[in-house]
Amino acid sequence: MQTVRVHVPYDHTHTRRIGLWLFFISEGFLFLALISSRYYLFGLSRPEELNQALGLLITTILLLSSLTAYRAETSILHGDQGMFLRNTLATILLGSLFLVGVALEWAEAFRFFPPHTRFGTIFFTLTGMHGFHVLSGVVLLVFLYFHGRRGRFGVTNTWPVEGVIKYWHFVDVVWVFIYPTLYLVSS
Amino acid sequence: MAFAPILRGLVWGALGFLLGGGGAVLVRLLLGLPAFQPEPLITIGYFPGLLGWLLGVGAWDVWAREWFGLPVRREAVYDWRRYFRFTTDHKVIGVQYLVTFVVLFLLAGFFAMLMRIELMAPGPTIMSAGLYNHIMSMHGIIMIAVAVAAIIGGLGNFAVPLLIGAEDMAFPRINALSYWLIPPVAVLLVSTFFAGGFDSGWTAYPPLSEVNAPGQVLFNLAVITFGFSSILGALNFLATILRLRAPGMTWRRLPIFVWSIFAASFISLTATQFLAAGLLMILLDREAGMTFFNAARGGAPLLYQHIFWFYSHPAVYIMILPAFGLALEILPHFSRKPLYAYPWLVAGFFGIVFLSFIVWAHHLFTSGMPDYLHGPFMATTELISIPTGLVFLSALGTIWMGRLRLKTPMLFALGFLFNFLIGGVTGIFNADVPTDLHLQDTYFVVGHFHFTIMGGMIFALFAGIYYWFPKITGRMYNETLGKLHFWWMFLTFNTTFIPMFWLGLFGMNRRIFDYPPALGSVNRFISISAFLLGSSFVVFVSNMVLSWARGPQAAANPWQARTLEWQVPSPPPVHNFPAPPQVVGHPYDYGFTNSVHALVGVSGGSGEQGVDTDG
Repeated sequence: MQTVRVHVPYDHTHTRRIGLWLFFISEGFLFLALISSRYYLFGLSRPEELNQALGLLITTILLLSSLTAYRAETSILHGDQGMFLRNTLATILLGSLFLVGVALEWAEAFRFFPPHTRFGTIFFTLTGMHGFHVLSGVVLLVFLYFHGRRGRFGVTNTWPVEGVIKYWHFVDVVWVFIYPTLYLVSS
Repeated sequence: MAFAPILRGLVWGALGFLLGGGGAVLVRLLLGLPAFQPEPLITIGYFPGLLGWLLGVGAWDVWAREWFGLPVRREAVYDWRRYFRFTTDHKVIGVQYLVTFVVLFLLAGFFAMLMRIELMAPGPTIMSAGLYNHIMSMHGIIMIAVAVAAIIGGLGNFAVPLLIGAEDMAFPRINALSYWLIPPVAVLLVSTFFAGGFDSGWTAYPPLSEVNAPGQVLFNLAVITFGFSSILGALNFLATILRLRAPGMTWRRLPIFVWSIFAASFISLTATQFLAAGLLMILLDREAGMTFFNAARGGAPLLYQHIFWFYSHPAVYIMILPAFGLALEILPHFSRKPLYAYPWLVAGFFGIVFLSFIVWAHHLFTSGMPDYLHGPFMATTELISIPTGLVFLSALGTIWMGRLRLKTPMLFALGFLFNFLIGGVTGIFNADVPTDLHLQDTYFVVGHFHFTIMGGMIFALFAGIYYWFPKITGRMYNETLGKLHFWWMFLTFNTTFIPMFWLGLFGMNRRIFDYPPALGSVNRFISISAFLLGSSFVVFVSNMVLSWARGPQAAANPWQARTLEWQVPSPPPVHNFPAPPQVVGHPYDYGFTNSVHALVGVSGGSGEQGVDTDG
């Protein structure tokens, strides 16, 4: 008898996509723990010193970056390398701008509610944990950009792009929950 | 050289640690803070150190090079040295987990022996109160890690891809990563001995965990790392079971052990983040001066207990669901009968998963939680007895009128049922608020969870180890020694832990190295039983070592079982199956003529091809 090794033909991208979504569910619980701590410790009140204009501005920047990220993903699916690179770069810039905005927020927060106060604890932990995710997203986008410049992605190799962009959207969606939790909630 | 990857991991890890710690010193100098505070430096240096270790031990070669557009480097190592490599074969990783956690189990058991020596007589015996608390905490956390990871990481990794007819896990490199995160955990926990220890127990409640020795920081980092490992493992199992089942392996034909791993992985994937979050908050309070749990600055210590138990109560089902699955996997094969009420059993598993998320506050009945929460959490907790009852009915229905083959794995599975019944029934007294107010923090609780976790999960672990030993090693264990181990362990386990219920009712507090002199004789009896229980593992270890080295060759299917892993040679070849098996029937249909579970490829196997030969 002959031994023939046959691989099960299955769709790797589908499996990776499931893995990524499972990762998002898991990460969602991390933010759930931090966000629910805010309500436990601070109820529905919020300090007056929050810089509402800055908060709204960085939220807008981050939401806009999701648009450019989406355009980058769509263009690689259509094989448009130039458009992909331009939009990836735009996403990197918007993401970095968001991080600069968070740094400005932190500079103000150190004056009004430093980390050893109750609201400061919540504020620095939530923005810090989210900012860390944005930073890692920017690093991934930079990898994507440099690989893209060498033409490593195309209609037959889209998974790295899809994975990083999905992660970027996830980080955005998390901010959609953190922003009202920090800036808008009031009794 | 055999240990070159591990050495490189250590060197890269040390470099990462110096880089992170050095950066932290620089930042502290710039901010005008005192530069050389050990705790923040260890905390910050640890994460780049961990990254360095993982890259050095093999993640760089088989993984990270890809990110920089370099070709990956894989070594083909098939002898014993592969157990010391960043190997992606699920069978090797399973053995790595299993051996690591059996060693940790014996270490934590040794700590338990030290505790029992101390408790032989009232008053100080051989150690100080502080050292007792540290040893008690070490025993707790290491045993928790064993309970969480030994079945899932060890037997799950080895058996799940085989049981579903897959070649490997869905993400083999993530699988290797989740194993190689374990050695840093063990090293950190052991090194707490050099950092003043930690005396907060495995629960790490603040305020104590925010003011005690730096050992607490090492504990927190270790458990965060361990949580990361179990999240990655859970993700991998879910993706594997969702995507890599062989053709014909429908959800109604899935072996029950696979179902239990699937259910437990849901809890691991999600709830573990709460443990990581809680321990991170403690670190932030300690190192960044934040105030989550610091009541003096407006924090809430009770918040920690909510966050902690939101993980740690579901976590007991991470431990016990795979144990249920393992026992129920073994019962039909050794009763030569179909698994009774299979769909109800699966429903029971998911009932447990759902309920496990809404019972956590029953740990807080005496903590100062609002009274109006007592009733609802008592009710949800007691509801769990319904799905658990389904599991028990299924087990009893399976062995009912069966032709029981009382081999060692079967004995351990039956021992599991006996012990877990006691553990479950005594749990009701802890779930009921009126009795719990009296029993909280006494030895009654210690007796209860040792009956569920040691009597349950550890007995199932041994059942699984004996059951799959011939498949894992290709050799047969010694049946006489196996049975000796079972009866020795079963009897001494019960004589050790049953008297603890009595001690608890008479008010002996847990986690304290001293007790009223009137309880001396019972404690002496427990200690002597515990030493006998400890010595039973000498039988186990010698059986394993001798049989692995020179036991008789095992047949491909020594138990005449129908599931897929027994249809390939022992040990299975590198890619498991010569061709994807075709699953055509239920795995447990013993006693049905012409019933077939699967058609396994053209070579290897026992030749029986899943056909029942006994019933």
